[in-house]
Parts: sequence; structure tokens; C-alpha cells
Amino acid sequence: MSTSYEEATEGRVYTVTGQDWDELVSEVKGNEDEHLVINMGPQHPSTHGVLRIVLTLNGETVTEARSVIGYLHTGIEKNMEYRTWTQGTTFVTRMDYLAPIFNETAYCMAVEKLLGITDRVPERAQAIRVMLMELNRISSHLVAIGTFGMELGATTPFLFGLREREMVLDLFEYITGLRMNMAYVRPGGVSVDLPAGAVDKVGEFLKIMPTRLKEMRKLLDENPAYTRRTKDVAYLDLTGCMALGVTGPVLRAAGLPWDLRKSQPYCGYETYDFGVPVERTCDVYGRYLVRVAEMEESLKIISQALDRLAGAELKGKPVMIEDKKIGWPAQLALGPDGLGNSPDHIAHIMGSSMEALIHHFKLVTEGFRVPAGQAYASVESPRGELGAHVVSDGGTRPFRVHFRDPSFTNLQAVPATCEGGMVADVISAIASLDPVMGGVDR
Amino acid sequence: MSENLPGVPEEPVVRKGMFGAADSGDTSGYGGLVVRRAPQISSPRPYGGYFDDVTDRLELVLGTDLADAIERVVVDRGELTLHIRRERLPDVMSHLRDDPGLRFELSLGVSGVHYPHEAGAELRAVYHLCSITHNRRLRVEVSCPDADPHIPSTVSVYPTHDWHERETYDFFGIVFDGHPALTRIEMPDDWDGHPQRKDYPLGGIPVEYRGAEIPAPDQRRSYA
Repeated sequence: MSTSYEEATEGRVYTVTGQDWDELVSEVKGNEDEHLVINMGPQHPSTHGVLRIVLTLNGETVTEARSVIGYLHTGIEKNMEYRTWTQGTTFVTRMDYLAPIFNETAYCMAVEKLLGITDRVPERAQAIRVMLMELNRISSHLVAIGTFGMELGATTPFLFGLREREMVLDLFEYITGLRMNMAYVRPGGVSVDLPAGAVDKVGEFLKIMPTRLKEMRKLLDENPAYTRRTKDVAYLDLTGCMALGVTGPVLRAAGLPWDLRKSQPYCGYETYDFGVPVERTCDVYGRYLVRVAEMEESLKIISQALDRLAGAELKGKPVMIEDKKIGWPAQLALGPDGLGNSPDHIAHIMGSSMEALIHHFKLVTEGFRVPAGQAYASVESPRGELGAHVVSDGGTRPFRVHFRDPSFTNLQAVPATCEGGMVADVISAIASLDPVMGGVDR
Repeated sequence: MSENLPGVPEEPVVRKGMFGAADSGDTSGYGGLVVRRAPQISSPRPYGGYFDDVTDRLELVLGTDLADAIERVVVDRGELTLHIRRERLPDVMSHLRDDPGLRFELSLGVSGVHYPHEAGAELRAVYHLCSITHNRRLRVEVSCPDADPHIPSTVSVYPTHDWHERETYDFFGIVFDGHPALTRIEMPDDWDGHPQRKDYPLGGIPVEYRGAEIPAPDQRRSYA
């Protein structure tokens, strides 16, 4: 028998190794009044990474759910205190690894606020940021919905979701050089301009994507196997969301149209035409509907941003602030090796101007100084409000960077959504909160 | 003659010279530079925008207690910061949340900062609040000395602070009195020290790269 047990101080401890549920049930049959404590994770396929949940069960009903985090803590915030302000983007992009552009933008917006250059960031850079953020929102929601389907036992949504996400990642690779963790957004703008052909590629994506989203909707919206697992599951109303600080699609599925892109616009979101999808069901199904509708709205924003980037007004305009003390001097262009380079600039600093070489060297190795003070900037990430609290002491490195990651805060809703429900619904409750452990633990 | 000259700032000296390197020669030619710490600012009224509405309302609610509760008000880079005396924090926070004229329903958590040079106020807890009703933002800052790192917990006002206060305790060692279960959250339970404090080293090992030894990040030459 694979199920074994021993008497410990906490009571009887059973070791389950899989495929032996019946044996376990027959073992515990005699003790009906006893609660069963189950440890789920941190290495579990349905916990979205290294999340550990300790469940106390009475039969199949969850009486207590406690989440344990910290398995992916990498000290990103501490590390940033030892790098320049620009190098910081390379660290923040690795936090919430499904939404790297949002991390970078929130951080860069906070640094720009500290520098007092928010209004001087070029319009073209802002349009590129908006376009990439919305592409990123789509790729992140596709993973959320796809993995959710797989965790409920359906592999098709997962295959659909990752197939579509691949198209977004290909666009990222073409535009920034990397599929993930691109460190593309920099304080003052973005690192390189769109390469030739990027507008066409995004245009093709915009043509294909609406039909693909329809396919996804056809597969899931009215699917009884899906709706039975999602409707009226993991109820969290507006009061609960407010108390627990839950934002994003979970909050909007509770009926509050709170979206920072509308209520406190940044990067020029006030000039785009889009809607904020809201559901009132407060359940897993409502959160799914909000996410799918958000992807459709994102497509609208992308097409508007693309029109602007291709239009005469912004064509060929700079993508980095025209301040020689902040923006790196080179106008980089993305080469076939995926690395940005500028042969003209290298010829200039190596061949003709010693001062330009010194300037380049100082700016890249030492970095720029940021006036002392603190700032908080936030963006609407796919999971809710992503805030960056950045403190400077006037030096070339951040004094303190703290990220208010929505996954971290939303995970606090696990007891509220799981307790009193069935153990099988724990999976869909956690998946509907869409936590990304890289962002939770940082 | 001397009255025409700008006054010499009183703030303490952060560093001298251009680079932080003390051992090897400073080749920059800027060895005589003196950099002073940025002064602690306290903004005068009017603050502008909705900042006056918020502070007026708070004055009305707290009455004569205001001067006792608020140490100073800072308006910087378009953000309002209230520095609150730690004893009064839960009281002020519940007013901020419940008063119809304030209504900061949503808290975005707690962030810690360690200022080792500010004697008596080394550790800070920074709270970012958001009012959905009025579409406003506010920062509340509370300080405590390193020798007595206690701040009252605000979990009873904002339940979302549960994990955030645990995180701040874990990283800075600020003890939030009254928290239901103040334990470490990111670091293992038996970890020594609080990693985000400035006196806690980053760690790391030297790495050899193409024959040269690159020191760990916190051992490299500093330009700050």
C-alpha cells in the first residue's frame, strides 16, 4: 500500500503519493469528526508556480485555507539599491513575469515623476508603451484563461491560449528583441524605436486576433462543463474586495468600474477610446468574462495606438527624452542578433569626439542622478493596481524601491473565497485571482 | 559683502569628492566636492488642489488634536504626504477611511523605508491610500526610532494590511503592535536579521570574468 501513516504530536499523519485516494478514504473512514489537514503545493501543477496552500477539510468542505508564500523571493527590491536607475528596469521586468511591460512602465513612471520629466517623455514613446502594455495585457489574460482551463481538466483552452500568446510573444521579440523580461521601457522613454515592418506585423495580429477570441468565447462562454465549475464559485463582493485591497478584474467582476486607465489616466490613456468591462456576479465566471472583454477592448486600443505610430504626426519622432543628461546618446536600432546597436554612434565616440566618449561612459557606468524625494506611480496591470514606491536620496542609485504588486494583495483573498466551499473549487478560486508568484514574492 | 552670499546649508555632509572610492586615487579631479543631504521639507499652506480639502476636513474631524497627530505635511511632486505621530495612527486612519469628506476606502499597502541617518526616526512605514469616491490619493508616513521599532497595527482599519505589515516586519523589523499574527512572510521563519535594512549587506560572491575578478555588487566602486 502506498498510503502510510504515523502517529505524530498533531495526530495521525498520512503520506499520500498519488493514485491512492481510495486507500486514504478507507483509512480515515472511521474518524468522521476529525478534520483533515492537506498541504497543497508548493510544487503543484495548479498553484500557479510555488504557492503553498494549507487546507483544513471537513469531508470535502474547506474549513480553513491558509496560503504560504516566499518560495520565489529573490530580493529584487534589495538588489536594485545597488544598481543604477536605468539598470533597475532589468530587475523589475522579472517580477511579474507574465506582465513585464507593466512592471517596467510603473517603475519608469515613478522615476520620471522623481526627475520631474513626466510631461517631457516623447509622445511616440508613450504610444509605444500603450501599445505594448495592451499587447501584454492580452498575452497575460490568455495565460490566465488557458491555464485555468487546464486546471479544470480541459486542455483545449490551454492550447488555444498559448497558441495565441505565442503570436504576442513573437511581436515582442520582433519589437524589443526578447520574448519576456525585455527591459524595453526606460526612464525617459523606450530603449529602441519600432523596427521596420513592426506596424505591419501588429496589423496582421489585429486581423487574426478577433476571430481567435471568438473561438475562445465559443469554446467556453456557454460550455456547461465550464459554467458549472465557475458560476457562483469563489464569491467575493465589493465590500470584501475593498477591505482586502483587491483590484483588477476581480474588483470589476464585483460591479465596480474602477480602472486606473480611466480614473487616473497615464501615458495618454485619456486620448484613447475604450470601455471598462464590468460584471456583477462576483464569481469566477464573471472574472473570466471581464478578462475576455478586456482583451477585446485592448485590441481597440492597440489599433488606435498603431494608427498614431504609423501616422505622419509621430513617424520618425524620438522615442527617448531629448535631455542629454538622462537619455542615452545612441539612437539604437535592433539588429538581426536581437541586440540594439548603433554603428554611427560608435564611430562618433571612438573616432571623432573624446568628449562624447566621456559623456557616454559616465552616463552608462555611473548613470544619472535623481533629486531626493519619494514618488508613487501606478498602472492598471492585468491583475490590478501595480504601484511603484520609489525613494531617492539624490544619488545615482535608488535608495528604496517597493512594489505594490496586485498578485501579493489579491492572494490575501484566498481564505475569503475558498473557506466554506468544496475542495475542488479551491483550484478555480485561486486561478480566478490569477496570482503570479514572481510578482508576489519579488 | 558676506550678506550677499547664499547661506551655507546646515544639512549633514553625505560625501566628499566625486566617487565613493576612498582607497585608490580619485582620478576625477573633483576630490574637493561636498555633497550635503537633501533638507527635510515641510510645505506651507496653501497646498493646492484637493490637498487643502483633505487637510481642512481632517482638521475639522480631529479638532484640536490635529497638531498633536500630524507632525508635518509635505507636498512634493504633486503628491500629498501626511507625517503622523505613531500613537495616533489607527485613530487618524479610521477617520481617513470613514469620514464622508475623506473616504479613503482603498489602501494600497505598507512600504517600509530605512533612513539610518535620521536619528530618532530611522524606520518609516509608508501607507498609500486611495479614495475611489473622490478619486484622490494620499500618502501617510509614520516613523519610529530604531531603538523602539513599534508602530500600532492598522489591520483592524484596513484588513489588506495583514500581509503588508508582515512583509514590512520581515524586511525592516518594524513591530506592528496589535497585528493578529505578525510572522515572517517572505523569508524563512528562522531567518536572522531583516534584509531590507541598510545595515544588512546585499551579499554575493566575486565572479571571474575573462581573467579579471569582478567583486560582488555591494563591494564595487560606488558613484552615489
